[in-house]
Amino acid sequence: MSSSVPTTISSQAAANRLLLRRKRAERRFQLYGILAISAAVGFLVVFLASIVSRGYMGFVQTEIRLTVNFEQELVEAGSYRKILRTSLAELFPEAGSSRAERRALAGLVSAGTVFVLRETVEAEPAIAGTVQDVWVLASDPVDQFHKGRIDASLPEEERPISDASLARIAALEQDGRLELRFNRSFFSRGDSRNPEEAGILGAIVGSALALVVTLVVSFPIGVMTAVYLEAFAPRNRITRLIEININNLAAVPSIVFGLLGLAVFLNVFGLPRSAPISGGLVLSLMTLPTIIISSRAAIRAVPPSFAEAAIGLGASRVQAIFHHVLPVAAPGTLTGAIIGMAQALGETAPLLMMGMVAFVVEVPGGFTDPSTVLPAQVYLWADSPERGFAEKTAAAIVVLLGFLLVMNGLAVYLRRKFEKQW
Amino acid sequence: MLLSYLPLLIIALFGVGAFYASRARISAAPQRALPGLPGHYGWYGTLWTVVPAALVYAVWTIIDDQVIRNIVLSDFPELSGAAATLLYVSIENAAAGVMTDDVPMASVELLLNLENLSAAARFALVTAVSVLGFFWGWRRIRPELTARDRVETALLVALFIASIIAILTTVGIVLSLVVETFRFFQLVSPFEFFFGLEWSPQIALREDQVAASGAFGAVPVFAGTLLITVIAMLVAGPIGLMSAIYLAEYAHPRVRAVIKPLLEILAGIPTVVYGFFAALVLAPSLRNLGVDLGLTISSESALAAGLIMGIMIIPFVSSLSDDIMTAVPMSLREGSYGLGATASETIKRVILPAATPGIVGGFMLAISRAIGETMIVVMAAGLAANLTANPFEAVTTVTVQIATLLVGDHEFDSEKTMAAFALGLTLFFVTLALNVVALRVVQKYSERYE
Repeated sequence: MSSSVPTTISSQAAANRLLLRRKRAERRFQLYGILAISAAVGFLVVFLASIVSRGYMGFVQTEIRLTVNFEQELVEAGSYRKILRTSLAELFPEAGSSRAERRALAGLVSAGTVFVLRETVEAEPAIAGTVQDVWVLASDPVDQFHKGRIDASLPEEERPISDASLARIAALEQDGRLELRFNRSFFSRGDSRNPEEAGILGAIVGSALALVVTLVVSFPIGVMTAVYLEAFAPRNRITRLIEININNLAAVPSIVFGLLGLAVFLNVFGLPRSAPISGGLVLSLMTLPTIIISSRAAIRAVPPSFAEAAIGLGASRVQAIFHHVLPVAAPGTLTGAIIGMAQALGETAPLLMMGMVAFVVEVPGGFTDPSTVLPAQVYLWADSPERGFAEKTAAAIVVLLGFLLVMNGLAVYLRRKFEKQW
Repeated sequence: MLLSYLPLLIIALFGVGAFYASRARISAAPQRALPGLPGHYGWYGTLWTVVPAALVYAVWTIIDDQVIRNIVLSDFPELSGAAATLLYVSIENAAAGVMTDDVPMASVELLLNLENLSAAARFALVTAVSVLGFFWGWRRIRPELTARDRVETALLVALFIASIIAILTTVGIVLSLVVETFRFFQLVSPFEFFFGLEWSPQIALREDQVAASGAFGAVPVFAGTLLITVIAMLVAGPIGLMSAIYLAEYAHPRVRAVIKPLLEILAGIPTVVYGFFAALVLAPSLRNLGVDLGLTISSESALAAGLIMGIMIIPFVSSLSDDIMTAVPMSLREGSYGLGATASETIKRVILPAATPGIVGGFMLAISRAIGETMIVVMAAGLAANLTANPFEAVTTVTVQIATLLVGDHEFDSEKTMAAFALGLTLFFVTLALNVVALRVVQKYSERYE
């Protein structure tokens, strides 16, 4: 660059040309900056839009209205398979009763329909012996076709749905027996091998249990450490060692915490694999630095005059800190805790090591039950080949991002509301 | 089950009772200037009631499994090591109601009896210690007792113990990594690990090898990590730095207040979401693009993982660079403007040179973040360890290998799992070194203008 600036300017024209060039360089440079920011923000927009556009279909599900005859004796015999078969056959009398045809008919509805029918009767025994209209989940291919994800113009052998089924879907649609409805089972079930039945309740409960463990362990320890380091620690080697350790822990890759958890919590202490208690402990070690650092900042932001006034009136240092400084710093420490929890909620890698990426159908009922967490569920579904899981994955991501948005929003709100300049 | 939590309940109830009893005792004492509030005396009583009993509970709980195991296995003196463990696990399973064949029923019964005995004894002991502690404290509650000092000293000890946990965590990490790595290096030589060009932990390749069950030359793994990190930095470096320059030097404060948090959202999105995007959105489109251009782009290409990782670490580069540039004193800018320089000339020749150490520090932190990132590469990068510099091919990384070697593998003593710990130790030290150096560089710089 410096070579382009002449030491003496021979003429006015040359000077003007130089000025023009420099101004152009200036504009170009600014443009680079704008381009860089647009690239980053543009990616964010494309990214979120692509996830949401893939995910919103996961919240609705194609359902089929069956007219089911709950015959008394079949109900008593528990042969719901036969009840279902009969109601499907009545819907399509032309299908005949060959084995292949029967299977094709059964393939229209979800594999779990038989159990749904049984649950319906168990919930309301009075319907035995009556004829009822029941909305049941359509199978994954029907669902995907109805959502327009399967191209009907492809040759029959290249799509997962036969011509006969297509005709039946059209007939059902005409009768008003097939529609997209809000996917309740997505929020009320655990994982499943059938995409149309898979839900995230199990993962949400697992995440909640793990976060409870994380909060209960890391919040008190984090705040206590912060109080000690800010208010009581003598300036000596041990204190410096603690501070260095905290800063380094904040930078350790999360998967290394997973190795620690595997070697220490699972193999030495013998905690259960895949359980919220073990996963939560690892997450709490990870969030500890975040909570300590933000709590220290919150305590430091309280003017020393608060503690000095209390001490001047005869309080001990402990009383001054615990009665007068900590309450003022509480919103700040809480904000730090929420941000730490949000981090923990999105973390997957260490839980991979703790066996929390697992196929768990049951919704976990306690801290030692096998369970999975939301991001792990995303990871599992992203790996599944069935088409239906792709939109479930995106829908689960939307739920995860929703939780994160709420938590971070809460943190920002708390900070705005209680932030004071003393 | 109930019997195992009952002692904790007893401790808690006694603790609450001790607080009120002790406080009432000091309040009933002849009044004079007390060296503490009545509440301090209450806490003093609680501490004596709770702390020793809780310690007894913890110690008993930790050692009783081992003691029971030794007693049960003492009937089988001929067994040792893995055989003893196997037998004991099956006895435990039988005791828990899982049907197993070939379990000596006498031992199962012994185990159940011992477990019940242990729980009952623990309950009795904890209750006794709690009651004794209470009376010990109770006798000391007199107006002369410096209750405030004592309680506060106890509190400070608790605070200190809490802050020691950070050190314990580091020690735990280092120990667990070092122990396994040491065992690994007894089977596979460190030379082979750090300089070998063949990484294939699953299958046996060569007969003459020490471990004879696979190849553990980690160079392709390191190279893959490096390739993806370089791609990520090629994305994050320019975008992050130019964003930071624009935000720090050109942007209106109001624009800055909107854009800066927006950029930071990028760092807050869970990495598994990036992984999903890289694997299911970006990688297929890249592959199709490659087909159109006549290139073969693997569907697990380093490019897809690297690009997305680069986006993720933009905020790490931009935030720190922004802070550092804003910290450059105004006088430097004014001097440059006064000499007739344009804004961009000032930035390029004055501000960037002054901010270089901080920017370098930010880059190093971003690199350390990229090296340690797991989910994006697990989902978007490959498993096969190819030694290549071609970004269109699939490569693997340290974190991918750690994750795949350990997930779903319950047998914990093979070279495979130990290799994961060796990789983990390498990762730990590399990221640690990067962070320490980066912080040094940043700190050294910030001293210059203050």
